[in-house]
Amino acid sequence: MTTISRTKPRVMAEVTDQDSDHGQGSVYRVAGTINIARAATTQREIDAMPDPLTIDLSDINRMDTVGAWIIYRTVRDRGAKVIGASRDEVSLLRQVEEFDVPTRVVPDEPHNFTAILSELGLWIAEAGVTLVGLLGFLGATLIGFANVIRRPKRFRLNAVVQRFDVVGVRALGIIGLMSFLIGIVVAQQGAVQLAQFGAEVYTINLIGRITVRELGVLMTAIMVAGRSGSAFAAQIGTMKITEEIDAMRTIGVSPVEALVIPRMMAATLMMPLLAFWAMLTALFGGGIFVWLQLGYPPATYIQRLQEVIPPTDLWIALIKAPVFGFIIALAGCFQGMLVQGNSEEVGMRTTNAVVQSIFLVIVLDAIFAVFFSSVGWK
Amino acid sequence: MIPPGEVPPGCTPVITVHGLRNSFGEQVVHEDLDLAVCKGEILGVVGGSGTGKSVLLRSIIGLQTPDEGEIEVLGENMVGRTEDEAKNIRRRWGILFQNGALFSTLTVAENVEVPIREYFPFIKPPLLDEIASYKIAMGGLPPDAGPKYPAELSGGMVKRAGLARALALDPELLFLDEPTSGLDPIAAAAFDQLVRGLQKRLGLTVFLITHDLDTLHAVCDRIAVLADKKVIGVGTIPELLALDHPWIQEYFNGPRGRAAAQSYEEGAEA
Repeated sequence: MTTISRTKPRVMAEVTDQDSDHGQGSVYRVAGTINIARAATTQREIDAMPDPLTIDLSDINRMDTVGAWIIYRTVRDRGAKVIGASRDEVSLLRQVEEFDVPTRVVPDEPHNFTAILSELGLWIAEAGVTLVGLLGFLGATLIGFANVIRRPKRFRLNAVVQRFDVVGVRALGIIGLMSFLIGIVVAQQGAVQLAQFGAEVYTINLIGRITVRELGVLMTAIMVAGRSGSAFAAQIGTMKITEEIDAMRTIGVSPVEALVIPRMMAATLMMPLLAFWAMLTALFGGGIFVWLQLGYPPATYIQRLQEVIPPTDLWIALIKAPVFGFIIALAGCFQGMLVQGNSEEVGMRTTNAVVQSIFLVIVLDAIFAVFFSSVGWK
Repeated sequence: MIPPGEVPPGCTPVITVHGLRNSFGEQVVHEDLDLAVCKGEILGVVGGSGTGKSVLLRSIIGLQTPDEGEIEVLGENMVGRTEDEAKNIRRRWGILFQNGALFSTLTVAENVEVPIREYFPFIKPPLLDEIASYKIAMGGLPPDAGPKYPAELSGGMVKRAGLARALALDPELLFLDEPTSGLDPIAAAAFDQLVRGLQKRLGLTVFLITHDLDTLHAVCDRIAVLADKKVIGVGTIPELLALDHPWIQEYFNGPRGRAAAQSYEEGAEA
C-alpha cells in the first residue's frame, strides 16, 4: 500500500512504497490544514496518486471550502473513498456538494470566418444607423431652432450667454498659447527650408497664408472639439443617466431647446471669433520669430503680410469656422443624447463625439479646400 | 448594557476601534468613537444619513486614514501599516460594496477569480473555474450568471455576485455595506436569509451596515447605533430601546420600526 503522510505543511510528502504491486490502491493522508493556501499543492499530490484512492482526513484540524472542494471533486471524478472525517468536515463536504452547479467563466465567442463577417455586418449596420440618427438629430435641432424663432420668448438667453463664456471666453488662453507656438513652429521650419533657396523672406508669405487660410481655423476646431465637444457629450450623457432629461420632458421643457440649442449657438458663433484670435496669435508668434531670428522688424512684417494675404483667405477661414463649430456641437450633443444605461457609456460616447467631430471637420476642410480653389479663391 | 468599546463575556474581539476621529475639513464625522465586534456574530450598524457609517467602514478596512484612534482587525493594528503588511489582512476578509463594485470588464466568474488569482496564482483551471462556480452558486446565483458581464445583471444579482467575490478567499470576516438597499422586499428577504445561512455555515463574523429594519430583525445578533459622532450603544433591539436616546426611540418605535418588529414576531411564532 502506498501512503503519503504529511506531518506538517510545506514538508515534502513522504512516500512509503510497501505493497503497491498488489494493486491495493493508495491512501492520501494529510495532517494539519487543508485550505486555499495549500490548494495547488494538495491537488498536485492527489493527482499523482494512483486509483483506487482513499483519502484519510483523521489528522486534519482545519479545512476550508476550497479544501473541501478538492476532496469533493476527487470523490466525484475518481470515486475516491473518504475516511476519518469529523462531523464538521462531513457537513462542509455536503455543503460544497450542494453548490456543485457548473457554470462557464466567459461567454462563448465563436472565432471563425462567419463571426468576422457578422461583426463587419453589425459594424456597417451600426454606422448606417448612426448616420441616420445624426441626420434625425439635425432635423430635430432645426425644428427646435424654428420653434425658438417663432416664439422668441422661449429663447434662453442666460443659458446661451453662459455657454458663450464656457466655450468662447474661457478657451482664449489655451487657444492663444497653442496658436502662438504653432506660429513659431511654422516660421522656424519654413525658414530652414526656404533658406536653402535663399528665399528666407518668403517665410512671411508662408506664415501669413497657412495660418489665416488653414491652420488657425483647423487647430481651433480641433481644440474646441476636444474641449467643448467632449464636454457637451459628457454633460448631456450624464444628465441622461441621472434621468434629468426625462424629468425635463415631463415638466414640459424641451431638452433640445434647453440644452442643445444653447450649445449649438455657442459653438457656431464662438468658432469664428476663436479662429480669428488663433490667426492673430499665430501671426504674432511667427512675427516674433521672424524679427528675432531673421531680422525683419515688425513694421516690415506687417506690411509684407498685408501684401501677401488675399482678403479671400480670411473669408474662407471665417466661412469655415461656424460650419466646423456647428458640426462639433452637433456631434457632441448627438452622442450625449445617445447615452443610455450605465456610466461606462458616457466615456465611450464622449470619445465617439471627439473622434466623430474631428473626422467630420477634416473631411469638410478637404471639401472646402477643393471648392474654394475651383471657384478661384486661390 | 455594556459600553460600545468593551466586549461581552465569552467574546473574542475581531474588530476593535478605540478613540476614532475622522474629519473632512471643518466637518468632524467621528469623535472618540469606540466599537468592538465579536467573533462569529452579525453586527448591524445603523445611523441616520450622514452619521458616517460608510466612513467607519472605510476606516476599518483601511481606505480612509483616521485623524486619531486605534483600529485592530483580526488581531492586527490597521493604522499606519504598509501596503505589504496590509495584504495579509486583506486576504482574510471579504467586502461587499454598496453598489457591488464588480469589475465591469470582467464576467461574474472572472470577478470571483480575481482575488484567488491575486493571492494564489498556482491554482489553475479547471480547479480555479470550479471554485468560482461553486462560489457563484453559494452566492445564490444561477449557473448561467457566470459568463455574464456586470452590465447584464439586475441589481439583486449584482449584489449576489459581489457577495460571491467577497467569499472567494473563504474570509473570516465579511463587510457588507447596505446589502439590501435598492432590492425589492422579496429579494431583500432572500438576501438576508442567504447572509444568515452563510454566516452559520462558514462561521463568519459579519459587519453589516444597513438602513433596512427587516434586516436588523432577521439577521443581526447585535446592533450598533451611530449618532452624535460616536457609537451611542451596542446591543439587541430591547437593550437599545432601554436607552433613552431620541434617535433610537424614533428609529425602532416609528411606524416602520414597529411594522418590522411586528412582522418579525409573527414570523417567529409561525
